[in-house]
Amino acid sequence: MELLSEISKQLEFGNDEKVHELTKDAIASNIDPKIILNDGLISGMNVIGEQFRKHEIFLPDVLMAAKAMYVGMELLKPLFIKDKIPSLGKIVIGTVKGDLHDLGKNLVGIMLKGAGFEVIDLGKDVPPEKFVETAKDERADLIGMSALLTTTLPVMQEVINLLKQNNLAGEIKTIIGGAPVSKEYAEKIGADAFAFDASNSVLVAKELIGII
Amino acid sequence: MKPILQRLKNGEVLVADGAMGTMLFDRNLKPGDCPELLNLTKPEILKEIAQLYFEAGADIIQTNTFGGSPLKLSDYGLEDKCEEINSKAVESVRKVIGESTYLSGSCGPSGKLLTPFGDTEPELLLKGFEQQINALVNAGVNIICIETMTDLREATIAVRAAKNIHPEIPVMVSMTFDKIPKGYYTIMGVNIEDAVNGLEDAGADIIGSNCGNGIDNMIEISKHMKELSARPILIQSNAGIPENIEGKIVYPESPSYFEDKTTELIEAGVSIIGGCCGTTPEHIKGIRKVVDSTARENI
Repeated sequence: MELLSEISKQLEFGNDEKVHELTKDAIASNIDPKIILNDGLISGMNVIGEQFRKHEIFLPDVLMAAKAMYVGMELLKPLFIKDKIPSLGKIVIGTVKGDLHDLGKNLVGIMLKGAGFEVIDLGKDVPPEKFVETAKDERADLIGMSALLTTTLPVMQEVINLLKQNNLAGEIKTIIGGAPVSKEYAEKIGADAFAFDASNSVLVAKELIGII
Repeated sequence: MKPILQRLKNGEVLVADGAMGTMLFDRNLKPGDCPELLNLTKPEILKEIAQLYFEAGADIIQTNTFGGSPLKLSDYGLEDKCEEINSKAVESVRKVIGESTYLSGSCGPSGKLLTPFGDTEPELLLKGFEQQINALVNAGVNIICIETMTDLREATIAVRAAKNIHPEIPVMVSMTFDKIPKGYYTIMGVNIEDAVNGLEDAGADIIGSNCGNGIDNMIEISKHMKELSARPILIQSNAGIPENIEGKIVYPESPSYFEDKTTELIEAGVSIIGGCCGTTPEHIKGIRKVVDSTARENI
């Protein structure tokens, strides 16, 4: 539908005002909100994610597109049951305790939301207990942990240990990422997966919850 | 002390110091603690590190004020201590290096994103850098080093802050580029040409690159900058991309590797050579050796 592909295109341009206007138009034309979400907003964020992965665009473009996406989602929210955007799954993310670098984690959040996940972002400097408690209380499917400092990596291990102690390992799966993190490190500490960048985290999250 | 810009103009190559952050972690800085708070609580550590780089032969020693802007300090609720943290940092180093070595005031990114893609107004950023730079200059730095920048707007705002309040102070700016298929770009999408033009327009006296992905890339970056600019060039490379070897973090590029590559940096026309993350006083000794022998050849 032309209106939806226009939403997608304006989102790629990072034009939040236009996305606002067009999303309103789409709602007024009685298009199913789920279709506006998927074929308008999410489809635009998919293009953004792919272009960012290929280094065709840079961080400011992604941030502007994300802003436009949030504007559209806010309009759609009240139209869904219980005021809730339908999601592929729920993920709790954060930068681990001791680490204040949240740029990468924020990007992961944007990409996951843009792909249709419900994201609970705990911010930076997040203690292990907070990851586990939130994931448990919110019945999350996944925990995503980020670290930039090499010195904060052991916190990831603590979260995984804590999940085991609470008999939640396996039920709540873990993804780790960040500059010093590797696939080998993920295996070593028993994380369920390693994501090498923000776009990859979407793929990995989908794999872990079994939708691809 | 001869003005630093005059020495560079005469074709001299100067040696800057190496890493601060990784040195602090080796000295038990706890993850999550504010590195700049050590300027107040444990100045002896900063003195020791300055002493090590001074003895290694650095001509320029940098302050531990990378995160010393009030915007960055607010992450730790320390924004009210901006003046104190920055001036104490200068005092500690000056005691060690005396008056004949240049003292450079480090200013890193604010950690905030500017409007429209972020929510920080340029005016707030400018005021923050003015406050930090004012404290550094009043405490006696010889030069300001705005470093690890990826957003050209933030970098130019920082230069303007310095020039607004202390027009006489030399300013060097270095940006961090990644190598991607179409060339060198910062994560914010700034290429070398845009960086050079933007920084020159803003009034930077010295331009360059720091951090990054190893010294080989820095050689390419400096060649490219030299083609585009007549300003002196500063390069402070990290010691390669850190590897996680059995739980221990190792920076792969050794002091002797740096020593080997220093010749190429000098040939590329770089005026100030130092180190970033993962480099040690040994790396700086290696650079010093090459700079000295090259200088002698030229005489």
